[in-house]
Amino acid sequence: MSELTDLTLAEARDGLKAKKFTSAELTDAHIDAVEAARGLNAYILETPEKAREMAFASDVKLAKGEGGALEGIPLGIKDLFATEGFRTTACSRILGDFIPTYESTVTTQLWRDGAVMLGKLNNDEFAMGSSNETSAYGAVANPWLAGNTDKVTAKSALSDLATAGGAGVLVPGGSSGGSSSAVAARLCLGATGTDTGGSIRQPAAFTGIVGIKPTYGRCSRWGIVAFASSLDQAGPFARTVKDTAILLRSMAGHDPKDSTSVNVPVPDYEVAVGRSVKGLRIGVPKEYRVEGMPAEIEKLWHQGAEWLKAAGAEIVEISLPHTKYALPAYYIVAPAEASSNLARYDGVRYGARVPGKDITAMYENTRAAGFGSEVKRRIMIGTYVLSAGYYDAYYVRAQKVRTLIKRDFDNVFAAGVDAVLTPTTPSAAFAIGSKASTDPVEMYLNDIFTVTVNMAGLPGISVPAGMSSENLPLGLQLIGRPFDEETLFALGAAIESSAGSLPKAEKWW
Amino acid sequence: MAVDEATVRRVAKLARIAVSEDDVPHLKGELNAILAFVEELSELDVEGVEPLTSVTPIKIPMREDKVTAGGEPEKVLSNAPIREGDFYVVPKVVE
Repeated sequence: MSELTDLTLAEARDGLKAKKFTSAELTDAHIDAVEAARGLNAYILETPEKAREMAFASDVKLAKGEGGALEGIPLGIKDLFATEGFRTTACSRILGDFIPTYESTVTTQLWRDGAVMLGKLNNDEFAMGSSNETSAYGAVANPWLAGNTDKVTAKSALSDLATAGGAGVLVPGGSSGGSSSAVAARLCLGATGTDTGGSIRQPAAFTGIVGIKPTYGRCSRWGIVAFASSLDQAGPFARTVKDTAILLRSMAGHDPKDSTSVNVPVPDYEVAVGRSVKGLRIGVPKEYRVEGMPAEIEKLWHQGAEWLKAAGAEIVEISLPHTKYALPAYYIVAPAEASSNLARYDGVRYGARVPGKDITAMYENTRAAGFGSEVKRRIMIGTYVLSAGYYDAYYVRAQKVRTLIKRDFDNVFAAGVDAVLTPTTPSAAFAIGSKASTDPVEMYLNDIFTVTVNMAGLPGISVPAGMSSENLPLGLQLIGRPFDEETLFALGAAIESSAGSLPKAEKWW
Repeated sequence: MAVDEATVRRVAKLARIAVSEDDVPHLKGELNAILAFVEELSELDVEGVEPLTSVTPIKIPMREDKVTAGGEPEKVLSNAPIREGDFYVVPKVVE
């Protein structure tokens, strides 16, 4: 064992139980790592005192042989989760220094099971973005660098992240970019994320870690800053499939405070990791072979199918005919819901207020100063598609297309397919600033493989499966039946073990 | 469909976001890029298709109609930008 921060969550849990080290030691090792990695800008609020206090309480329990499933395990929390007494802003200026007087259900359950909070993690403003570049706290650096990048130059470029792309510093994906960067850089053993169109799976793929978006309704949305309520789901990030299985079990479960959370039992997901995949039917959708897809992505996808076949699964070609309409439909549904959800930020009850000559001017000035440009764009698109005369042409049509997308999946599952295998992203991570063109659609295309899953409310996992020609991580996505995350953990573990020992991000920051 | 500058100003007004005259042209361009992107949906025949309003086949539960929280003005007002006593302060809305 080299360093405590190199352990997987499962190894740390077992080590704590076996009293090989204490939670205080484990937590301090992570606090040190977080401090030494401030250049990455993954954490926007460090809570070392709270962490030490929680670790101390965990050590008391562990010493007595007691404690929950995550007792003493240090985690990072995406800034979309309300944390009582700790600043929560969704990385938007409009929330100012908002300090919640309540705790989100998901984080309540993590603390119930003994986890330790290291701090709050950066994300795209209101989770709107695919690169973490829309955050009011600035961009986040991916701990991965392309093989030919000079590490010393990259490190000195961290002092100004907005321009660091020129030195080869890459985005960690988004919107949960702080979470993916922190887990990949070993600044926590696991982290929470949220996924509305790919915000867990795409950053997981860009940073060589595992991320799962569970079925819509599996985790409570109560206390999570809302973006698009019919699409938002919370889920975990970690460095192994098993670690995400352990975390999801704590995060999931019915909550009467979220009327869309579903009252079905939460299985012991860890048991599914390592379960045989023999006889499972895996669908490979022909519509995901998009034009211009790099050959190395296609190759990795094929490799993934071969691995699952070798593990005893059956590979079948399937058709999801409405795939290409998912992203356009998403860019109507998600902004429409966002424009409604974000109407609450009016400068009256919380956040930063900008005065005006009357109350309308106060609202307008507050929102003009508080929201960043991507958020404004989406609110305006959402307002437009919901406005009189356009509602049927845009919003109702998009909701109908959503029915067709869901039906595509219903049909393949009814035909006996157990899960669908696709690439997670159409490319490896790109440089900070490289997609800051005037056309916002270019950035949206990042989510082309992940967004269908949100539109249909299905579970999806991204697992690291290989490296690009530039030595950057690439991920494969598995999509499952509603509430069958267990099959995804079993298949994800099969891909993980077939991929073997992939390199990890070596410290340069 | 594409928006003109007048529509950009109208939508900004509806969304309660102050937009300067300098911002209108590029906002128009960005909104039209997104609208052009979603235009693809118009080629689909959605006649007779029900709009999807919930991905889970559950009936939204009804809870008993009783007070479950409240009586905590300090907590509620703790993040208020401007307050007076137990009230939020806003610009005058009635003359």
